[in-house]
Amino acid sequence: MDFFFHAGRYFQLMVQVLKRPENPSIYYRQIIVEMDYLGIQSLGIVSIISVFMGAVLTIQTAFNTEHPMLPIYAIGFATRQAIILEFAPTIVSLILAGKVGSRIASEIGTMRVTEQIDALEIMGINSAGYLILPKTIALVIINPVLIVISMFLGILGGYLVSAITHVMPVGHYIYGVLFDFSPFDIYYALIKTVVFAVIIATVSGYYGYYTRGGALEVGQASTKAVVMSSIFIILFNLILTQLLLA
Amino acid sequence: MIKVSDVSKSFDGVPVLKNISTQFERGSTNLIIGQSGSGKTVLLKCIVGMLECDQGSIHYEDLEITRMNFSQRRVLRQQIGMLFQGGALFDSMTVEENIIFPLNMFSTLSKEQKLERANFCLKRVDLGNVNHMYPSELSGGMKKRVAIARAIANKPNYLFCDEPNSGLDPRTAILIDNLIKEITKEFNITTIINTHDMNSVMEIGDKVVFIHKGELWWEGSNQDILHSGNEKLDYFVYSSELMNKLKK
Repeated sequence: MDFFFHAGRYFQLMVQVLKRPENPSIYYRQIIVEMDYLGIQSLGIVSIISVFMGAVLTIQTAFNTEHPMLPIYAIGFATRQAIILEFAPTIVSLILAGKVGSRIASEIGTMRVTEQIDALEIMGINSAGYLILPKTIALVIINPVLIVISMFLGILGGYLVSAITHVMPVGHYIYGVLFDFSPFDIYYALIKTVVFAVIIATVSGYYGYYTRGGALEVGQASTKAVVMSSIFIILFNLILTQLLLA
Repeated sequence: MIKVSDVSKSFDGVPVLKNISTQFERGSTNLIIGQSGSGKTVLLKCIVGMLECDQGSIHYEDLEITRMNFSQRRVLRQQIGMLFQGGALFDSMTVEENIIFPLNMFSTLSKEQKLERANFCLKRVDLGNVNHMYPSELSGGMKKRVAIARAIANKPNYLFCDEPNSGLDPRTAILIDNLIKEITKEFNITTIINTHDMNSVMEIGDKVVFIHKGELWWEGSNQDILHSGNEKLDYFVYSSELMNKLKK
């Protein structure tokens, strides 16, 4: 029953979010601000994780595929596929659900408990739309950019580890990375990323918007937002993979 | 003018407001008083449309807010200013941005005109050189003043204040009270203040409505309140040692 209650309230909130903005120019400005807060400020963590994950993936693949029947370039190929298809869109989105999701939920939750949302409502502003729509649009725009950067840096991490540790010849790695490349893999990853961005922004916004109480409840809302966003990302990852690759 | 007719409200079957009927006139400071838990905040929230009444009606001049849908209420709310207990200033915005915010949303003023209006409102609440400060850098009294400036920025017809003096020292509290009263007279707006502060009552209460356990027990002016003869009201008014001494 609890699930249906939350699902119903979530969709009601989304109807509010998608209502026509009072003043679109304010929303455009807010989208730019949110792209910086939620996207650009996540670039550091995404970059660090991507480089190291790419490097580790290459080492792991190299040590686990030592077989005379397997060509060495298969390590580069496997690293690329793993990064583009799963690591960049899904794992980075999960990391962003933690960083960005908790930020959205705690920001909106704090606004709720300090009556700032009531102040917006009293002014005649659609608070749900003003607070959640710009964040959602910002993430839908900026997350694919972050994911493409993550793909590039992940593959670069594999290249660097090959060059530095000689786990495999660099030439073979580059050959493997370029081998049998299909642009559809990128589209697939970006489609997933956009869906995950919507999940992160709206689920976190939902938990923040309906926070009641004080500081303790804001913390709880933030935790719930991260947990539920992560669960929905994993669930939709399965659904989208089946739909797009099957 | 705001007219409240036969308003009742309950939560989970527990009645919080019982058949409240009263009227708040334009250009006067109207105070809703009562003990904590008496239902005054619920009444204020019903009046501004943040809570739905179970029965009864609330009229803003000829407009009945209780019959309005969400969009109609949003239009009416553009004529409303509200001062929240904690100020409810937007943390991410400077003082100037806080005041300009409602103007950005709804007015067709130019950027210069909006700035001029913000400066006028800040001057009206006796604040200078705080335009570029953030709410976290302000004292409690300054936050309240900025909140008043924001509430009057869009030239509202109605001003609501929820416990405007909470957390303020007595001197600042009186300054805020008088500021609200002056603004009410100057701009001829209908002001409703929710308070349990007897100083405010005696200082600015043109009309006082006393709520006890969800019922309206007494209404009158601050001049009449000390001689009301109402047992419940007397118990509330003379609950402090100082008021008792004054009575004697």
